[in-house]
Amino acid sequence: MFNLIFKYLGALGRYCILMGRTFSRPERMRMFLKQYVKEMSQLGVDSIGIVLLISFFIGAVICIQIKLNIQSPWMPRFVTGYTTREIMLLEFSSSIMCLILAGKVGSNIASEIGTMRVTQQIDALDIMGVNSASYLILPKITALVTMMPCLVTFSTAAGIIGAYATAYLGHVLTADDLTYGLHYSFQSWFFWCSVIKSLFFAFIISSVASFYGYQVEGGSIEVGKASTNAVVNSSILILFSDLFLTQLLTK
Amino acid sequence: MIELKNLHKSFEDKEVLKGISTVFESGKTNLIIGQSGSGKTVLIKNIVGLFEPTTGQILYDGRNYVAMNKKEKTMLRREMGMIFQNAALFDSMSVLENVMFPLDMFSNDTLRERTKRAQFCLDRVNLIEAQNKYPGEISGGMQKRVAIARAIALNPKYLFCDEPNSGLDPKTSLVIDELIHDITAEYNMTTIINTHDMNSVMGIGEHIIYIFEGHKEWEGTKDEIISSNNERLNSFIFASDLFRKVKEVELKEEQENKK
Repeated sequence: MFNLIFKYLGALGRYCILMGRTFSRPERMRMFLKQYVKEMSQLGVDSIGIVLLISFFIGAVICIQIKLNIQSPWMPRFVTGYTTREIMLLEFSSSIMCLILAGKVGSNIASEIGTMRVTQQIDALDIMGVNSASYLILPKITALVTMMPCLVTFSTAAGIIGAYATAYLGHVLTADDLTYGLHYSFQSWFFWCSVIKSLFFAFIISSVASFYGYQVEGGSIEVGKASTNAVVNSSILILFSDLFLTQLLTK
Repeated sequence: MIELKNLHKSFEDKEVLKGISTVFESGKTNLIIGQSGSGKTVLIKNIVGLFEPTTGQILYDGRNYVAMNKKEKTMLRREMGMIFQNAALFDSMSVLENVMFPLDMFSNDTLRERTKRAQFCLDRVNLIEAQNKYPGEISGGMQKRVAIARAIALNPKYLFCDEPNSGLDPKTSLVIDELIHDITAEYNMTTIINTHDMNSVMGIGEHIIYIFEGHKEWEGTKDEIISSNNERLNSFIFASDLFRKVKEVELKEEQENKK
């Protein structure tokens, strides 16, 4: 038990040291900006497709499920649109989508940095006098933190389009009822809650994955393990922080 | 010039380097040889600063690396170039971008000047035609040459090579050795090569130190190594059948001369 606590405390200490090295002033701003734009494309733009696809279908499925299971003659007809909007905005697009992205983006980051470590590319940077942590990790964190609110917004929009698809193509409910429900009692603060949560989750995904990748020692098996650990641990941290953030932001 | 004074390195209870002292002169190719596990890689990693020595001094032209603060170490590292065993080129960058990388990071030159310098370095290693290719698209020997070009891009004072011939055929190894030797003389660099390739030792070994179980067992030149009486060194260098035969021929010639 004590060993486990010491192990996690040790990992936390190493994580803090790495973040200390990461958040230092970039040696060359032009190189940082070049990396930042590249990472925005690789981590953010390249994830748009999967975000839109998943969100579209989940939006459609939520709409059908709500219509079939909740709506009754005793319930107002707008409840399907209202519930779909609240689920997409408050939980799915911000939290569940980030869990999905922890798998895609987190494993990508951990395996990329881990491979650089085992092939001595990070040693090469250190010997050149480059702060390898700052050069490699800072653009990833800033790029994902920048892109995540956009992905969350796209996800919510795609979910709502999915819900409209069930109305127009599946004729599950009328488009007017859906539109009324989507507009009903809308609080813009919920959108900002979603954005704020996504910023925290983006930081967790990118920093935890970078930490596991940067700590790799050995070969390809260790890179694989680091990638798995990055996804598992960032997912756990997202779930815990979701609980606290939801409590904090909806007070 | 790099001077090591009584360098020790331990990992927990295990002492890997046991009081190594030597001088690596500039303009010469200095070779560290020894069996696998003898401590050569640990020694070179201590010299370049990837490991911190337990005790001892590493003097770069009189400047003690061990006593330097973080900023001084970073500045000194900009005077170093290193060629890794597996070249360690950046996969996501083209050959030209790899060579330009240290210039992009530390030089205040314009893009045109940086590109010109990188192309000059690539031309020096006869790889200008491969400048737009990626590391994955070129052979191991070409990757090593790109690593040499990247290492010399900033005109370093110190060049370190960790087993530069590993995984290369004898002919390509010869090309790499000659290139490192010529560049060392051309730029008057202090070059330290970590190797167990006896062809390199005999080809470019101007100053050789033999490491045995963490201590300096022997020191000399390529001309002295064949005639050395050190048993441990002999069992290392004459483990190769070719060198055993060379030794036998040499002994025969000596005996005939005596007659």
